[in-house]
Amino acid sequence: MGLDKIWVFGETNGDAVASITLEMLAAARDLADTVEVFMAGDGDDFAEELGEHGAETVYSTGDLDGGLQGVAVAAAVAAAVDDGDGPDAFLLGTTQDGRDVAGRLSVKLDSPVITNVVALEADGDELIGSEPVFGGTTDVRTKNTSGKAGIFLVRPKSFEAEGVGGAEADTEDLEVPDLGAVGGAKVTNSYVEESDGPKLDEANIVVSGGRGLGEADAFTMVDDLAKTVGGAAGASRAIVDAGWVPYSMQVGQTGKVVKPTVYIAAGISGATQHLVGMKGSKNIVAINKDPEAPIFAVADLGVVGDVHKVMPALIDALKAR
Amino acid sequence: MKVVVCVKQIPDPADPGALDPETKTLKRDSKLILDESDSYGVEMALQLVDAAGEGEVHLVSMAPNNEVAGLRTALAMGAASATVVSDDALQGSDALGTAKVLAAAIARQEPDLVLAATESSDGYTGTVPEQVAALMDLPSVTFAKSVAIENGTAKVQRQTEAGYDDVECPLPALVSVTAGVVEPRYPSFKGIMAAKSKPVDELDLAGLGVDASQVGWAGAGQEIVSIAEAPAREAGEVIEDEGDAYERIVAFLDDLKVL
Repeated sequence: MGLDKIWVFGETNGDAVASITLEMLAAARDLADTVEVFMAGDGDDFAEELGEHGAETVYSTGDLDGGLQGVAVAAAVAAAVDDGDGPDAFLLGTTQDGRDVAGRLSVKLDSPVITNVVALEADGDELIGSEPVFGGTTDVRTKNTSGKAGIFLVRPKSFEAEGVGGAEADTEDLEVPDLGAVGGAKVTNSYVEESDGPKLDEANIVVSGGRGLGEADAFTMVDDLAKTVGGAAGASRAIVDAGWVPYSMQVGQTGKVVKPTVYIAAGISGATQHLVGMKGSKNIVAINKDPEAPIFAVADLGVVGDVHKVMPALIDALKAR
Repeated sequence: MKVVVCVKQIPDPADPGALDPETKTLKRDSKLILDESDSYGVEMALQLVDAAGEGEVHLVSMAPNNEVAGLRTALAMGAASATVVSDDALQGSDALGTAKVLAAAIARQEPDLVLAATESSDGYTGTVPEQVAALMDLPSVTFAKSVAIENGTAKVQRQTEAGYDDVECPLPALVSVTAGVVEPRYPSFKGIMAAKSKPVDELDLAGLGVDASQVGWAGAGQEIVSIAEAPAREAGEVIEDEGDAYERIVAFLDDLKVL
């Protein structure tokens, strides 16, 4: 054990703790004697699940009344650190709110954020984070040398979540100080864009489409194949930016990280930004008309061909079974 | 309405350079260009000023050697003026050090709205916008997929893990925008010609009033301890479709027993 205490940023999906939080708890347990969670919302609702995964205490802010998490959680944590309650390191997921909290906290504590972390190790009482760069061809290991608690943004699916049968976590209030104008952003409405079937980042099979589909309507092939094999449909950034499908379907650096048993890439060239989101898949099938497409360098089975011919034939063959 | 857009000038992604194992910084030998991620913020700013009927767009960039090649592209799109901060002491700056420089340069402009990309295409730490907002004591909305200004309030659709939120935020504020928030225009010939004479304010750290101990190697609170080649994923078999490739895919899936 290197560190005395690590704080993990807790995020939730409805009634359940988000997978990224449980993944970081698993990592933190191996690195520190004490692991605690800090989060927005009501920690009492999640104390049992978080305790099961090794958290001893859950610090929570209570309802933020529509306020965004970044400003409020960072201000509350900074106040707790001032009171001497802080940890030796913070782990946050590479999510929208995780990045907001990390950025705000970094300024509050004048401590750097070490980003895109996929592996962690203790070096004395300090953490070193590993980050893949240049599309995963190079690993860079970075150490916090600020003398303050380091802040690490961890990529989803970097660690395996695993319950350890821990007792329900204690709960403590994390008081948010008066934020004034800086807390002015308020959520007025929330919309969910997830489709039926298994979740993209949990599905056993993911079928993703890219620019090579040619037009938005052709994405129905991707949907159809995903449904046929009981999987989830995903997309490259190019077609999300083009407005063909919602962002919630995006796989890649700025979207979701997926590690399914099988990833089928249809009409995706394999830009770095996409590869980092799916390269960890156990098996990769790629269909693309360009034999030079980078996706073929990571595919276990690559088909150089027209997605408009291969996909319908594949769907028909599978449906006929 | 005054909008400041944070702009990063990066090596051409087609020729990304490499990490220098000696200095552990990114080698930037090739010419710098406007980060494509920032073209969305520039376009959004131009459209918001247009919609407001008054105001202007100012660019802020930190770059080596007063580099302006990328800034000229954004000026050609229609931005009015720019600030570029260069100083030898900035080499080795981490995201927080960079944010300190940008925040100081932006504050001089007294903007109503600050726009930035959610992350750069080359470093993608994705923390600089929120750090800038924190340093300037501004409220912020990140990951915007649409932005409108009504009665001094930014109305933003903010991407979430599951979909998106409507968020309202009084100005002044910082908003980080995703690619796809708007379609960036191509600079016109007239725009390119006009950009050559638009004012670019060149500042060093002293001019900016930022202490050199806060930035660069001196201020960076993190240190790269190793750079190593990652184990490569091995490429498998690549076949040419002759009408029956789908059968190979079916067989591949059957072998994995996932169906």
